Amino acid sequence: MSDQKKLKRRDFLFTASYAIGAVGVGAVVWPLVDQMNPDKSVKASASIEVDVSSIELGKSITVLWRGKPVFIKRRTQQEISEARAVKLEDLKHPEKDEDRAKDPEWLIMVGVCTHLGCVPLGNKGEYNGWFCPCHGSHYDTSGRVRKGPAPKNLEIPKYEFINNNTIKIG
Amino acid sequence: MSAHNYVPSSKLGKWFNDRLPLLSLSSHIREYPTPKNLNYWWTFGGILTFCLVAQIVTGVILAMHYVAQADLAFESVEHIMRDVNYGWLIRYFHANGSSMFFLAVYIHIFRSMYYGSHKSPREVIWIIGMIIYFLMMMTAFMGYVLPWGQMSFWAATVITNLFSAVPLVGESITNWLWGGFAVGNPTLTRFYSLHYLLSFLIFGLVILHIWALHIPGNNNPIGIELKKPSKDTVPFHPYIVIKDLFALLIFLILFAFFVFYSPNLLGHPDNYIEANPMVTPNHIVPEWYLLPFYAILRSVPDKLFGVIAMFASVFVLVILPWLDTSKVKSAIFRPLYKQFYWILVLDVLILGYMGAMPAEGTYLLIARVATTYYFVHFLVILPVLGYKEKTLPVPLNITEPVLGGSPNPDMVKKKELYD
Amino acid sequence: MKNFFKSIFIIFLVTSLFSQKAFTDETKKLLSTDWSFKGFFGKFDRASLQRGYQVYTEVCASCHSIKYLSYRNLSEKGGPEFSEEQAKAIAANFEVTDGPNDDGEMFTRPAKLSDKFVKPYKNVKEAMASNGGAYPPDMSVLVKARSGGVDYIYSILLGYDDPPGDISLEDGVYYNAHMYGNKIAMPKPLSEGLVEYNDGTEATEEQMAKDVVTFLAWAAEPHLEARHKIGFKAIIYLIILSFLVYFSMKRLWSRIEPKV
Repeated sequence: MSDQKKLKRRDFLFTASYAIGAVGVGAVVWPLVDQMNPDKSVKASASIEVDVSSIELGKSITVLWRGKPVFIKRRTQQEISEARAVKLEDLKHPEKDEDRAKDPEWLIMVGVCTHLGCVPLGNKGEYNGWFCPCHGSHYDTSGRVRKGPAPKNLEIPKYEFINNNTIKIG
Repeated sequence: MSAHNYVPSSKLGKWFNDRLPLLSLSSHIREYPTPKNLNYWWTFGGILTFCLVAQIVTGVILAMHYVAQADLAFESVEHIMRDVNYGWLIRYFHANGSSMFFLAVYIHIFRSMYYGSHKSPREVIWIIGMIIYFLMMMTAFMGYVLPWGQMSFWAATVITNLFSAVPLVGESITNWLWGGFAVGNPTLTRFYSLHYLLSFLIFGLVILHIWALHIPGNNNPIGIELKKPSKDTVPFHPYIVIKDLFALLIFLILFAFFVFYSPNLLGHPDNYIEANPMVTPNHIVPEWYLLPFYAILRSVPDKLFGVIAMFASVFVLVILPWLDTSKVKSAIFRPLYKQFYWILVLDVLILGYMGAMPAEGTYLLIARVATTYYFVHFLVILPVLGYKEKTLPVPLNITEPVLGGSPNPDMVKKKELYD
Repeated sequence: MKNFFKSIFIIFLVTSLFSQKAFTDETKKLLSTDWSFKGFFGKFDRASLQRGYQVYTEVCASCHSIKYLSYRNLSEKGGPEFSEEQAKAIAANFEVTDGPNDDGEMFTRPAKLSDKFVKPYKNVKEAMASNGGAYPPDMSVLVKARSGGVDYIYSILLGYDDPPGDISLEDGVYYNAHMYGNKIAMPKPLSEGLVEYNDGTEATEEQMAKDVVTFLAWAAEPHLEARHKIGFKAIIYLIILSFLVYFSMKRLWSRIEPKV
């Protein structure tokens, strides 16, 4: 066999070994990383069902979902109109109220300030919505940020009414 | 360490290396002259390093999910097995990894004893190794307690109770160890902490072990001291690295069989029963790698002397470099020693088997004979052999016998020397 | 090198020899059957798992908890693989305690997928008190907690017999040919036709024993199939890589040694 051919065969052998070895290393590393991802018992609690029949008009409750507070507010007509009247150009994070609350009576939001994660206080602030005491962000009756350092509106989680009285979140 | 005239190729490398000579260290390891006649029994050092790192990595991960509290520990292990992503794999790897770790360490120790790696000038390497072995046993013992099964609890009870054999202060020591009046939650939490700590102590000692090794360099199958570097040595990288890698892969195949197809074979079913202080299992047994010591412990009818015998059995190993008086290192050239060596291996296997049996009747008798023989081997046979044995002539270098220039033509024919 | 392989092989032999220790002194050799999940390519028989679940629920669950199982496990891959709706419906049959509610009271509600299997007794003491002082063991890992594993439990279920003349039994104790000491506090749990299988299989004692033990084997090792599958791939991979590295090694060493 010529020296050229020998060289090629040898390099191929080494290259193949490295390549296949690398695949093995990747296969080993993945479980070591994935084990830190949410485990099955955590994923099982990923959605909750909430009975909202006892919430009066204008009142809200807070439930715990995926370790975070979720505000469920039953809005008055005035709060709805106020939210709808806002011009999109005035918003730091433009979102239509219709997109945030499909059934306008019910506003469901993750109660975590989009600035640095504190829980905003309800029925406070200059926009009749929520106020975050940590760094002074104000949210309106649709949960949209109007003033302060928060960059985005309060997050709307995935939810649906599975019957007239019950919302499934997540 | 020989003075290396290594200069890093890049400017950044040189800047860094001047301040912390890691690149010089790396170069030293790569160039490290290793005897070229090392056989596969020498690959277990590398395998052991892999085992240690693997146990630490899987252990740290398990520690993210395990709860060290008596009411929750067993449940947290089941949580790992059922819910944590790949938790079952990591747990079985860690549990069987412990067995593989000891399998490798026994092969490593017995290789040293066969080829005289414990002899001058490698005594300190051997002693550090024995300390590592002792810490391994403590770490494994404490780790086994953590799942809080029946065997966890009762093995902990039996072994910690041994300390009550100490005269006068025995009971105080035992209560101090327990953190109470029996094995309980305080015992569990401190074992967890120490299990984590000792593993890293072992890691530090392994570094010292390798450092001490690099002074005289490796021993080799014919047990002669080599000039390093020379035509008898090869640079560690890539020649030894790839050989160690190959051996590791074969070792991993065996490991994989256990983890994936028989993960509970080496364990004890009773450890899948939650710990119950009111009910003792029919047979309390430690894990297989501690069985020989368990047999020695139970051979002696007196509690205190049993404990002393058990510790003495490790101590005779520590002082082995001074018990084995032979100037010739390798058993290849020590025909009598070779026979006694294999009898010792058999003796240890017998002790291991007896450790798993109830300590009564014929089993107890055999265990006692085997225990006595064990001490006779180290304290009587070895010292005497060193003086009395007629050894075979030892070659002057490695390549010489291969080229047929050896003073003893018989050695040229013995191909297995170079296996 | 031959010696190296020889020793690995010997270690393998020795450990597999020691695994045949499914014997005890006085008791008979264990019964066995063709477990579908044994062997390198073993899998659980889904239908058997579903039947086994039915046996567990209708026969065993009144005394034996299986507390580390969750209802969602019934629809997860590798198990009985009920549909999610079926599993939800199964869960809803059971009541769990939850709370406290906004009044500070604990209350009961139907179980959800995320709940653990409901226990028949509140705690071990109640279980013992209700069973003449004997504790019906939790079955989550029972198969792994007994020497002999699935064969042992299978044998116990089918091992009830009239006691030989020289053995007298106390009240509440029964003779079993495979139990350690031949005396067991559990009355014979299975009898012909005890369960009416949903899939119409004939419910002989052997069939019910096989199905419930299969179910328990899965309960103890829910990831068995994944383990076998990944294991097979891992070992084949290691063998291939070993060959590659071996030949690389020979290639490498040939540079410096004409004959090594």
